Amino acid sequence: MAVHAQPSEHSTHTSTGLSNAKLGMWAFLGSECLLFGALISTFLLYRGKSLSGPTPKDVYDIPYTSVSSFVLLMSSLTMVLALAAIQRGDHPKLRVSLMATALLGMTFISGQVYEFTRFVQEGLSVRTNLFGTSFFVLTGFHGAHVTGGIIMLLSLFGMSLDGRLPTEKAEAVELVGLYWHFVDVVWIVIFTVVYLIPTGK
Amino acid sequence: MRFQRPTATTGWWSWATTVDHKRIGIMYGVTAIVFFVVGGSEALLMRLQLARPNGRILTAEAYNQLFTMHGLTMIFLVVMPLGAAFFNYMLPLLIGARDVAFPRLNAFSYWVFLFGGLFLYSSFLLGGAPSGGWFGYAPLSEQPSSHMIFYSLGLLVLGISSTVAAINFAVTIINLRAPGMSLMRMPVFVWMTLVVSFLLIFALPVLTIGLFELFFDLRFGTHFFDPNFGADPVLWQHLFWLFGHPEVYVLILPAMGIVSEVLPVFSRKPLFGYPVVVFSGIAIGFMGWGVWAHHMFAVGLGPVANSAFALSTMFIAVPTGVKIFNWMATLWGGDIRFKTPLLFSLGFIAMFIIGGLSGVTHAIVPSDYQQTDTYYIVAHFHYVLFGGAIFGLFSGIYYWWPKITGRMLSETIGKWHFWVMLIGFNVTFGPFHILGLQGMPRRIYQYAPNLGLNFWNMVSTIGSFMIALSLLIFFYNVVHTFRRGAVAGEDPWDGRTLEWSIPSPPPHYNFEELPVVHSVDDFWHRKYAEGEGGRLVPVVAGGSEADREVSTGDHGGGGHSIHMPSPSYFPLVAALGLPILCYGLIYSTILVIDGAVTLLVGLYGWAVEPSAE
Amino acid sequence: MTARSKAWLAVTAATGLTFLLSACGSSRPQDSLSPQGPEARKIDVLFKPVFWIAVGVFVLVEGLLVYALVRFRHKPGREVPAQVHGNRRLEIGWTILPTLLLAGIAVPTIGTIFSLAGKPAGNVLEVTVTGHQWWWQVEYPGLGVVTANEVHIPAGRPVYITLSSKDVIHSFWVPRLAGTQDLVPNRTNHLTIQADEPGVYLGQCKEFCGISHANMRFRVIAQTEDDFQAWARQQIQLPAPPGAEALAVMQQVGCGGCHTIGGVEGFGGIIGPDLTHFGGRTTFAGGMLENNEANLTEWFRDPQHVKPGNDMKIAPGGLPGPSGLSDDQIRALIVYLESLQ
Repeated sequence: MAVHAQPSEHSTHTSTGLSNAKLGMWAFLGSECLLFGALISTFLLYRGKSLSGPTPKDVYDIPYTSVSSFVLLMSSLTMVLALAAIQRGDHPKLRVSLMATALLGMTFISGQVYEFTRFVQEGLSVRTNLFGTSFFVLTGFHGAHVTGGIIMLLSLFGMSLDGRLPTEKAEAVELVGLYWHFVDVVWIVIFTVVYLIPTGK
Repeated sequence: MRFQRPTATTGWWSWATTVDHKRIGIMYGVTAIVFFVVGGSEALLMRLQLARPNGRILTAEAYNQLFTMHGLTMIFLVVMPLGAAFFNYMLPLLIGARDVAFPRLNAFSYWVFLFGGLFLYSSFLLGGAPSGGWFGYAPLSEQPSSHMIFYSLGLLVLGISSTVAAINFAVTIINLRAPGMSLMRMPVFVWMTLVVSFLLIFALPVLTIGLFELFFDLRFGTHFFDPNFGADPVLWQHLFWLFGHPEVYVLILPAMGIVSEVLPVFSRKPLFGYPVVVFSGIAIGFMGWGVWAHHMFAVGLGPVANSAFALSTMFIAVPTGVKIFNWMATLWGGDIRFKTPLLFSLGFIAMFIIGGLSGVTHAIVPSDYQQTDTYYIVAHFHYVLFGGAIFGLFSGIYYWWPKITGRMLSETIGKWHFWVMLIGFNVTFGPFHILGLQGMPRRIYQYAPNLGLNFWNMVSTIGSFMIALSLLIFFYNVVHTFRRGAVAGEDPWDGRTLEWSIPSPPPHYNFEELPVVHSVDDFWHRKYAEGEGGRLVPVVAGGSEADREVSTGDHGGGGHSIHMPSPSYFPLVAALGLPILCYGLIYSTILVIDGAVTLLVGLYGWAVEPSAE
Repeated sequence: MTARSKAWLAVTAATGLTFLLSACGSSRPQDSLSPQGPEARKIDVLFKPVFWIAVGVFVLVEGLLVYALVRFRHKPGREVPAQVHGNRRLEIGWTILPTLLLAGIAVPTIGTIFSLAGKPAGNVLEVTVTGHQWWWQVEYPGLGVVTANEVHIPAGRPVYITLSSKDVIHSFWVPRLAGTQDLVPNRTNHLTIQADEPGVYLGQCKEFCGISHANMRFRVIAQTEDDFQAWARQQIQLPAPPGAEALAVMQQVGCGGCHTIGGVEGFGGIIGPDLTHFGGRTTFAGGMLENNEANLTEWFRDPQHVKPGNDMKIAPGGLPGPSGLSDDQIRALIVYLESLQ
């Protein structure tokens, strides 16, 4: 995980002008596209094929999930603000924005935990049927990625408090930002494909 | 918590904490060869069992575990890591760099590979090795008797190793080339590494998901591949082969890259059609995504799908053939010196032609209904993977051995190795074509005596021992020349690429001064200029350090002021967390926590530690 | 001729000779290169020309390679050769030519793919085959026949087989009559087979399906139309009930829990093959063994020893291991089973 790699003491010349870490993050995000693509494909293949209930219609609460999606979307905004702050040297603002992003992310996760607990109470677990299996694993992978992102955001926050995140190291925030936005985009796809597009079943 | 940064440069601890790409490359290579012997021994046992009908050397269970582990070993623990060994060692040298983009990530990928392989093999002692085949088709893979939990976790761990390595190499190639080395001036081996890296970056995640789905079914009772809940076992096949087909190009392209380096040096002519060879490699990389269902022709996808994949499979033969023709044109008109590296590259071409042709016959779908799951298929992939990849990798071993060790291997012993291996290989695998067409299915621990399969099975077993003998000859060569071999010097082959411009073995900083590159085969052009008609004229005093144009940035001064990345504990620590985590997922939650903590501590320490001090 | 080119020639000649020799020799019941029915012939008619084209390409390309190695090998005093970088015409040529060749092969390939798919025309016999680990359940829906491990068909008529599986993926392969199709749980596939002449055609499972995959075999028995009809009529007759001795052994072991024997009360199990007409079959144990007294004796002594992993666990308590049945008991069983014609 070279996400936290510090740029070396001397500025290293690179053939493209982009830093190694940034290229590495883009390559990593490329592989993540295929990861979520395979999970979403599994979900789509099994849509409507469960032999028993509950079905999506039985358990989904679209308004609720829309709110938590909006929360995650807002966290991308605060992430952008965090990057802008460090780039212009405003470190207090950086920390506020980083914490806000992390808190919004945690709110999203809490919302998911609540939602999934309710699903289980309504009889849909990862073991119940194809829908439960494919739904929980897909959203669970996404949630794990969000959690990883929150850990990275809090680490950046801690480093900044400690004085170890000067303006010259703004790229670290940029890279975490890239990851965070990616995870957000994946959620938009999941929300659309899994929740919004009606199955008629 | 502040631990002292390791500083040792000698002794085993320096190897455990190294981030030097050359040492990591050596570790990859040695480990891969050890696994080659293990995988080969598994094959010898299988051949002993099949030498006669109704063989009684092995039980059915033992045989099924052996063929599963043989496949997993050869693909994931031999051919891929041997490729990685060369990427690691040679890549920075070929592009004029001091190290890879992420040296600690590099060390991490090696340790994860080692621990992943050991984890997989520990299954033999912990209830039995996986026996569901390396391809792990569901629902068989989900029956407890198949012991596939080590398979799913082991491959997940190995996938992490390959993914981070691929990211590392891709960034290195894109970003760390010496000044003047545009993409179209890179050695072909570097191009193939780039294509392979992108294939891995995009293909491994698909396998990862398949493996997670299998693991969750096995461990947590999900139903991804359970027909009793309405699941489709063919989903596994799609996920597996979407990875699996690009994977075979991952296995062959490094060897093709090596051949593209070796042929010009030993024909004393440039590679014929350099841009075409490069673009063919890229084309193979792209087209390789569109053929996966040719592994599934008999599963019932329907005539339209089967026709589409028949076409895509046939046409991927075109860029492959183009490469072969360009190699032959490289030899044509050359001044060919039959040194051992060249012999193995020629063996590659000769054997790969056979494997490639049989591959085209598989694309004839109706014929594949007869061929699939028989020894005819086993013949094909051994011709391309052994006759192709392994021969190509041995070519690389003999070619770059002087650079890595500073000594020459014996030519005489090398030639014995080549001929015994070539003949043994053909005696072993040639008959498989016949056996397959004449009715022998794959993956069977015994066959009936009345099927007419007895003669060729016996012949094949004899051949397999010839291969074993050839490998002993190779090891003898290594041991014999370790201290007694001729000193290699910088450029024993009159090479064309940058690695031959530095001492053998290279100093830890590789290049005293980073070169400035003006063309493909830049080193060759420093030694020779092309006169009229393409005739060569040696450059007076060419190739010496004094005349080299160097970059104004990074100066050497005897290497003392060159800033190299420092050794580190943390890649090893982080890597250690993974097998612990995996054992925990099988046996005990405490180990899960232990493994996760180890991993996180390793990652955190790595993140806050500066890359050099 | 140099030593090297002699070596290459020897290797090529030896390889060619052995391939030719392999055409002679003992009979090969599962030889896909000796089709004995129209479906298999469609495949053969496509494969053989393509194979010979491949051989031609092989000879041409390898020949050129060997020639280049011989002609351009280093000779003392030779100058460094001209540094040729490429040739556009050659590149275009050796890209287009293989493409055209492959396109030519693609057309009949796709034609045959479609010709093999879909239900055949004519007087079609319908059969369903369901795969189990490690035996074949064979049924004739139109005729009310249920059997196992043997597929009787009338020669000269197309047989349309519907394939599925009860557990894992299997594959139905009788090479002299047709190519394979897989048996996949939760899916149905189809395969047409047809035999020109009456005869026995051997087949095997081709998709790795577990510990005894190697032992999952079957036979297609093609008969004249009259013989086939007679067989089908015989298959729906109920046999005579078991004698006391045989019945006692079967109740002790619990055969009825897994097997069906028509007309015998308590024998309706569907885990193992239907045994109603066991005596008339040429093989047993999933096509693995000839149906004779010696094999059956060994089988009943310890089925696991003969066919590892199989579901027949008849040691006391329904466990794997030696059955503990006495030779007399086994003999009584065999006499009864062979009477089930």
